[in-house]
Amino acid sequence: MSTLILAEHEDGALRPATLNVVSAASQIGGEVTLLVAGQGVEAVASAAASVAGVAKVLHADDAAYANEIAENLADLVLSQADSHEHILFAATASGKNVMPRVAAMLDVAGISDVTEVRSSDTFVRPIYAGNAIATVQSSDAKKVVSVRTTSFEAAAESGGSAAVESIATTAASDKVSFIGQELSQSDRPELTSAKIVVSGGRGMQDGSNFKMLDDIAEKLNAAVGASRAAVDAGFVPNEYQVGQTGKVVAPDLYIAVGISGAIQHLAGMKDSKVIAAINKDEEAPIFQVADYGLVEDLFDALPELNKALDG
Amino acid sequence: MKVLVAVKRVLDYNVKARVKADKSGIELANVKMSMNPFDEIAIEEALRIKEAGKAEEVIAVSIGPSQSQETIRTALAMGADRGILIETDDEVQPLAVAKLLKHVAEKEEPGLLIVGKQAIDDDANQTGQMYSAITGWPQATFASKVEFEGDGLKVTREVDSGLESIQVAMPAVITTDLRLNEPRYAKLPNIMKAKKKPLEVIALADTGVSIETGLKTVEVNEPEEREAGIIVKSVDELVDRLRNEAKVI
Ligand SMILES: Cc1cc2nc3c(=O)[nH]c(=O)nc-3n(C[C@H](O)[C@H](O)[C@H](O)COP(=O)(O)OP(=O)(O)OC[C@H]3O[C@@H](n4cnc5c(N)ncnc54)[C@H](O)[C@@H]3O)c2cc1C
Ligand SMILES: Nc1ncnc2c1ncn2[C@@H]1O[C@H](COP(=O)(O)O)[C@@H](O)[C@H]1O
Repeated sequence: MSTLILAEHEDGALRPATLNVVSAASQIGGEVTLLVAGQGVEAVASAAASVAGVAKVLHADDAAYANEIAENLADLVLSQADSHEHILFAATASGKNVMPRVAAMLDVAGISDVTEVRSSDTFVRPIYAGNAIATVQSSDAKKVVSVRTTSFEAAAESGGSAAVESIATTAASDKVSFIGQELSQSDRPELTSAKIVVSGGRGMQDGSNFKMLDDIAEKLNAAVGASRAAVDAGFVPNEYQVGQTGKVVAPDLYIAVGISGAIQHLAGMKDSKVIAAINKDEEAPIFQVADYGLVEDLFDALPELNKALDG
Repeated sequence: MKVLVAVKRVLDYNVKARVKADKSGIELANVKMSMNPFDEIAIEEALRIKEAGKAEEVIAVSIGPSQSQETIRTALAMGADRGILIETDDEVQPLAVAKLLKHVAEKEEPGLLIVGKQAIDDDANQTGQMYSAITGWPQATFASKVEFEGDGLKVTREVDSGLESIQVAMPAVITTDLRLNEPRYAKLPNIMKAKKKPLEVIALADTGVSIETGLKTVEVNEPEEREAGIIVKSVDELVDRLRNEAKVI
């Protein structure tokens, strides 16, 4: 039995999400192979080789893989599929884009957002915004899975000594091309792997008021997140959205400010270790999941909180 | 050009899902069902494309039980021209949905298929990508902006680190993200008119497409409930407890 993982990387380094997927693969059992695809990614391949638990690294270097075009990545994964029973992806925007293609081309079901490995063919995944938890079993010859990264510890970045093998590249699709990107510039930690997340909702009233959350996040070395309502209103960009259809986070501490606590939002944060909520409405559903609730106007509470963190 | 739009009938997003006592699934009897919210966005986008003169016909397709006709009627009331229901009472997983949409597309030959990025019941986020893989049409997923450019489309996509844009040839499949548009409400006269629009019902067996799957649900459970904690009296108490009790800051 062996598992192939499509590694994700950025700016010459593995994305943390890939380390969580390695842990999920280790729980399945069998040999773990990381596939590193990109342009000029020798350094990523050698970093992948030292991840604990990785037996082999496949390295594919080509411009076709430079911008995570799903068509090109899926074809490459497929070219390596024969020798693996499990094919794993991180349940990130990129992984979710590629995983179903690979499953469809193998004519098997895709298994999305797995939070638990029960055995090599049985997995647990949330459905209905996490209001129900399904246990699913696959009799397909190959299991094609995306892994919810917050549900698995990160594998250690060192300790492994896998062999790196260069593999033949596949042709680029002529039906899709990358134009460009608008990436947010932030020196805050990445949302899905930060130890503390401070999120704002519609109660923030305005994008400029997120400065108050930024200042607090700065002091806590936290990431800043948001509810869908705050993103839809244009207070912050889309990548801040936490929830059923945004990012899933599970930090040590999640602070929800001016967020009501709709099920779609809870789906993205209720596995946080500690939840604190600031909301002026004592009936807000967020208080039903918060360990610590403060019923107060956020425009009074945030400046006070900012000051209290200095003490 | 025709635009095909997939619309799924799901538990309304405002209704809390309840697990059945026998753990076989979710209680769906006598609860409010609606069109998957991402599919409302898909219909809206198709209508805007038609209104901009880039398409002649918008066709809403659903796969599911007979009651899915209501979902198609909603799409027709919003402005879609006709509907197709592939009727089955069985569970239809994303790969089978993709194959059935392909079956419809082979007959209708649309220039575009628009689906939601995710159905809010199975939370799979697979159908559009699978359709792309089995048809060879390019995929433009998680779209927040669609523009006609040259012979194809320029699509802005929501990704984990921000936005990116890609150019795709047509025919193409688009999956909608939340910020693509704000769906219109169906007005009463249009709801009346929608009753007269054509809605073709096809039995699953007549498509010749197999919905068999290797993936079975063993059981469905309630999630672990999180207990409500305490209400603190002040910011100082909050900070004190986070520091000294929870020890997280
Ligand atoms: C298909 C679909 C997908 C969705 N996906 C997501 C998702 O991924 N993530 C997500 O978050 N939502 C999602 N939603 C939306 C979700 O249903 C809610 O609408 C949203 O979470 C509400 O955001 P909010 O709590 O910021 O706003 P509101 O519900 O408007 O709450 C604002 C809160 O702020 C409080 N407040 C206002 N002013 C102050 C003040 N001065 N001081 C203190 N408190 C104040 C209010 O008491 C209120 O509780 C989705 C919905 C759908 C239909
Ligand atoms: N039974 C169905 N009938 C019509 N459309 C569907 C069906 N299942 C999925 N879809 C479409 O595929 C999208 C993504 O669904 P999923 O891959 O299940 O998350 C939905 O938003 C719909 O547009």
